[in-house]
Parts: sequence; C-alpha cells; structure tokens
Amino acid sequence: MDLTMQLPKIDVPDERGKFGPYGGQFVPETLMPALAELIVAYEQARADPAFLAEFDYLLKTYVGRPSPLSHARRLSQHLGGAQIYLKREDLNHSGAHKINNALGQALLAQRMGKQRIVAETGAGQHGVGSATACALLGLECIVYMGEVDIARQQPNVARMKLLGAEVRPVSSGSRTLKDAINEAIRDWVTNVDTTHYLLGSVLGPHPYPMMVRDFQSVIGLEARKQILDMAGRLPDMVIACVGGGSNAIGIFHAFRDDESVQLIGVEAGGEGIAGGKHAARFANLNLARVGVLHGAKSYVMQTADGQIMETHSISAGLDYPSVGPEHALLRDQERAGYTYATDEQALAAFQTTCRLEGIIPALESSHALAEVIKQAPKMRPDQIIIVNLSGRGDKDLDTVLAVLA
Amino acid sequence: MDKMEHGRSHITTAFQNALATQTAALMPYFTLGYPDRETSLAVVEAIAPYSDLLELGVPFSDPLADGPTIQRSTQIALENGTTTAGCLEMVRELRGRGVHVPIMLMGYYNPILAYGLAPYVQDAAAAGVDGFIVPDLPPEEADELEQAATAVGLCLIHFLAPTSSPERVAMVAARAQGFIYLVSLTGVTGARQQMQSNLGDFVNRARAQTQTPLAVGFGIGTPEQAREVGALADGVIVGSKLINVADGAVDKPTAVAAFVRSLREALTATAPTGD
Repeated sequence: MDLTMQLPKIDVPDERGKFGPYGGQFVPETLMPALAELIVAYEQARADPAFLAEFDYLLKTYVGRPSPLSHARRLSQHLGGAQIYLKREDLNHSGAHKINNALGQALLAQRMGKQRIVAETGAGQHGVGSATACALLGLECIVYMGEVDIARQQPNVARMKLLGAEVRPVSSGSRTLKDAINEAIRDWVTNVDTTHYLLGSVLGPHPYPMMVRDFQSVIGLEARKQILDMAGRLPDMVIACVGGGSNAIGIFHAFRDDESVQLIGVEAGGEGIAGGKHAARFANLNLARVGVLHGAKSYVMQTADGQIMETHSISAGLDYPSVGPEHALLRDQERAGYTYATDEQALAAFQTTCRLEGIIPALESSHALAEVIKQAPKMRPDQIIIVNLSGRGDKDLDTVLAVLA
Repeated sequence: MDKMEHGRSHITTAFQNALATQTAALMPYFTLGYPDRETSLAVVEAIAPYSDLLELGVPFSDPLADGPTIQRSTQIALENGTTTAGCLEMVRELRGRGVHVPIMLMGYYNPILAYGLAPYVQDAAAAGVDGFIVPDLPPEEADELEQAATAVGLCLIHFLAPTSSPERVAMVAARAQGFIYLVSLTGVTGARQQMQSNLGDFVNRARAQTQTPLAVGFGIGTPEQAREVGALADGVIVGSKLINVADGAVDKPTAVAAFVRSLREALTATAPTGD
C-alpha cells in the first residue's frame, strides 16, 4: 500500500489559489495562461493512476523511500524529557526532502512536453534535487543561484554542475534566494512556451503552494504510519524548520486533523530578533506585514515603504523574506505555532546532534533541532516529539567550520 | 491645473488627439529618482513636449517583470532614497512645472499595499496622476485596487500578452479603462534588436474584441521600431532605451528629449495622409 499523494481531500486552497486571505496569483499577464495550463495538467496528473504509480515507483526505487524514522535515544536521554524521533529526509537520494517535489514536478513537466527546466536555489538542495531529477528524466536544467549563496554552498554548486545542470549566478539585489527566484521567473516569462519553472517550496503563485505541498505530503504520511507502528501512538509534537516552508508543510499535513498533535514551525532567528538581522517573519510583525512577493500574498519582511528587506540566516535555505501562504493561514487558525532559533542555537543543536546521534544535520534542520532542545526537557518521557530532519549537513561544513574556528 | 482633465477622460483625450495627427500616441517611460531626484524631474519635463502620455516608474526592490536596464535604474533610485510618497510628490512638482500630459504611474503591488490602497489612489489623484500600471496585478487580483482607483476617477490599466487566450482577451476587453497595455513579446522589459514578427496578429486579436486604445510596450528602442509598431497599434511605449540614452549623456535631459523627439517624428512622418 503506497502512501504517495493519498492525502485526505483538503479544503485549501480554493480554486483561485487562496488560503484564506493568503496566496493567489500576483504575476504578469504573460504567465497567467501558463499557470492555468499547469493547474489543468496537475489536476489531470493527480487523477491519473499511471502518473501516481510512476512517481511512487521513483520515490521507492530511486529516492529510497520510505525514509526511516529513527528513535534518537541518546539525544532523548540527554535532554531528559520526551522521546525524540527523527524523520530521516537526510537519507533521501541527493540528501534532502527537496527531491520529492523536484521529481514530482519534473515528471509533470515531461508529461506537459516541456523539455527545459528552470529552478531557483538557496542552500543548493533544491538545485541539486532539480538537477538530479532532470538528469534522471533527460531534461535540460538551469539553476539560478545568488552569488552570496554560491559562495557559501560550493559543494552543492559542484554537484549541480556534475549532474549536468547549468548554474547561473544572480548578481542583482541581495544576491540570495529571493533574487534567484526573480531571475527564474524572468527566464520563465521569456521562455514560457518551452519551459517549466520548477519552484522548490510552498511559495509563488497558485498552483505551486498546493502542488509542492502535495508532492511533499509523503513525509508526514510515512511518519504518521511509522510512529503508530513503532510507538503505538501519535506524537505529541511535530517540529520542522520553516524557510519557504515545504518540509514543514510536508510533515504537518498528515497530522492536520489530529488535534492532539501540536505542530511547531521554526524560523531563522539569525543574529537575534532585536537587531533585525533574521528571517523570522512571524516573530516580528513590525517588519513582516501582509504583502505580495513572488506571486503570493503572505507575510513579507519589508520596510515601511514596502521594499523587500534583506534577511539573514546562517542557513541559506531559510534566508527568505516571505513564507508560504498556507503557513500564514495555519498560524491564523492557530493550528500550527511558529517560533524561531538563532544562528547560535542552531549551531549548538547541530553539534549536539552530530555527537549524540552520529548524524550531521543540515543547518536548516538544525533550527528544528534547536526547538527540540528547548521543548523536550519540559515534557514527560512517555511523550513523543517527531522532528523533520529535512536534510544532511555535508553541504554546510565550510560554513560551520568557519564559525567554530 | 483646475481646468485640466484628469483620469480616464484625460487619457482618452490624449489618445484621440494623438491619433488625429500621428499614427499612434507616444508614451515614454522614465524611472522617478533616477539617477537622482532632480535629474529625473528635468528629464521628464524635457520629454513632456514630445510625449502624448508619460509612464513614470515608482521603484521597487524586486521588479520581476523588468530587464537589467530598468532593474538597475530602480535600484539606484532606491539607493538615492526614492520612496513611493516621494514619487507622488515628484508628480505634484511636475504638474506645477507645467507638465500637462496624462501621467501613468508604473509600480509593483507590494509598495502600493504597504501605502494602503485608498490613501495611495487618493494621494496620487491629488498629485495629478491619471492612472496606474501594475505589472504583477492580473485582472483576477485587481478588484480592490481597481475599485479604489475608479472611485477617485483614475484608471487601472490592464495588460495583454502574446500568450493571452481568447478568453483572457475578452475578459480584459470587458473591463479595460483608458487603454490596454499590450506586451509585445514573452519576456521582460528591455530594448531588442527586432520586434516580434507576429505582433500584427496579436494586435489584431485584441482589436477584434475592443474599441479601447491598444498601446504596445516592451522591446521598442528605435524610431524605426516605433514607426513599425505605431502602424499597428494606438500607442507606443518606450522605456529601457530612454534609460540607456540618459546613461550615455552628460546633459541627460537634452539627450533624452532629443531621442524622444526622434520617436515622435518617426510616428508623425508616417501618419496616413488620406482617409
């Protein structure tokens, strides 16, 4: 019995792509027909058993799904509270949860007859995921990446090139993820007839936030089944880091209707909230107000004049000024809670996880682990936390070693 | 200025007057605050006599429909401290200096949301703005701003692109005000070597469904291209090339005005003499 895309029917977004007041399609007219085409193609694919079977086959035989759920015994013991389980997306082929969505969309592009893929990347994990999926399916792949991110994620740049992708440096604006998305959209506008934009998170115009959620929902569906098998009960808490928010949405969704399960998203607190050098959109609502960026309405870090602010995080994958529209809705509904971890707290969690569990987590995932370190000691030993270990940390060694030196 | 028309009728009259003497109305674009406040005002003042309408850019940090030339100009304008409120103040000053042609403000949606829709359209109307061009606001998302603009007599301009389906052409035709902005190509702003060969078909597809003036922009950078497009459409929009001309000149207002004048002459020279 496969779990791929077997989500219960969900009431959001509506047919206009709205998650309550958030989401939508704020894009130039040139792209509106392409989005309409994508919506139709996706709905058809989703209803096609052959498409789902192919996606499922690749997830199992190529990505290596299901990813394990590991009981972090030494970390649990060390913290002296709840039992901690790690959802091991770091063990996926190409090293992160990003491959789930990249494969899903690449298959969809192939089905739509689009042979050219453009993608953006911050940490490089989505770029690697896209390059991997394109190599596997024989598609041309162009990855836009900010110059700042290229400098701090060299191993992933090398990987993308080895996999046959062209990495195009982006020198505009803050030269990070948001600027890479701008360039990817500009490319898509220009080459819309031949090109699919493989957006890597639950961001952007409808149908991306919905489609990426669906492709990532396998994480939570597996984790829910696994914890029931292993512990005989649901977890008390599910924790995930939130940049755009795809790994968090991916693990949250299967638990959305389980009211006893607390869902916590962890944003990047950077150098701390007070100084403004962070990417914790929900933590400082003076800086982050409802706005429009990259096609969607959501919380956006911006100046009083509506200019998008440059964010800061030690982890490139969380360094983004807006957040997926569905997270904004989950927060309004109080179904999920959002907090943040600073660079320092994430680094401490990174080191703790390395030493106690023999796992080198991505710096993004280390933000979720930092919250585990805060929460677990307050809980009883018979309680359970699942944390989404969204990626592996090999790519971050240069960054970490430079800070620790 | 009390006697000056504003909003929709101002725009409509400008197209009617232009089409009476030229093949098409000329609408140059320039970025407010580029390369600095005073120079941009001087440039706009200098080109106004050769312009039927003006499109003035309000800078945004993430202009995803713009190519490198306009991106750079808006980035520099922001670095110079240009704000949305400052742009409205510049329009007020231009009106005071005797610039009477219709002024369209081109800007992305987020700064407008940050300003507040109702205050934005009211302050814009008070400053002498006639309409708004918002590249990341398709009709599906435009109801709120359109209602706010209409309430103060101003126009929200809608776009059509070569990719627009017949259904979308009909939808835009049904709600268009002032004019429709036809994006000549699939791409971002910026001067190109050649116009799209199928531009005539695209213009005709739109023409078949509406009486509203059709203005073509994106990729037009020479008098020859302006003439070519002017023979097909009711309006010609030229943007990035004005920035390029400004960049290459010491006396920017004079150089840009000379270029705009050459566009104007190209349109006038080909005006049909008969029928």
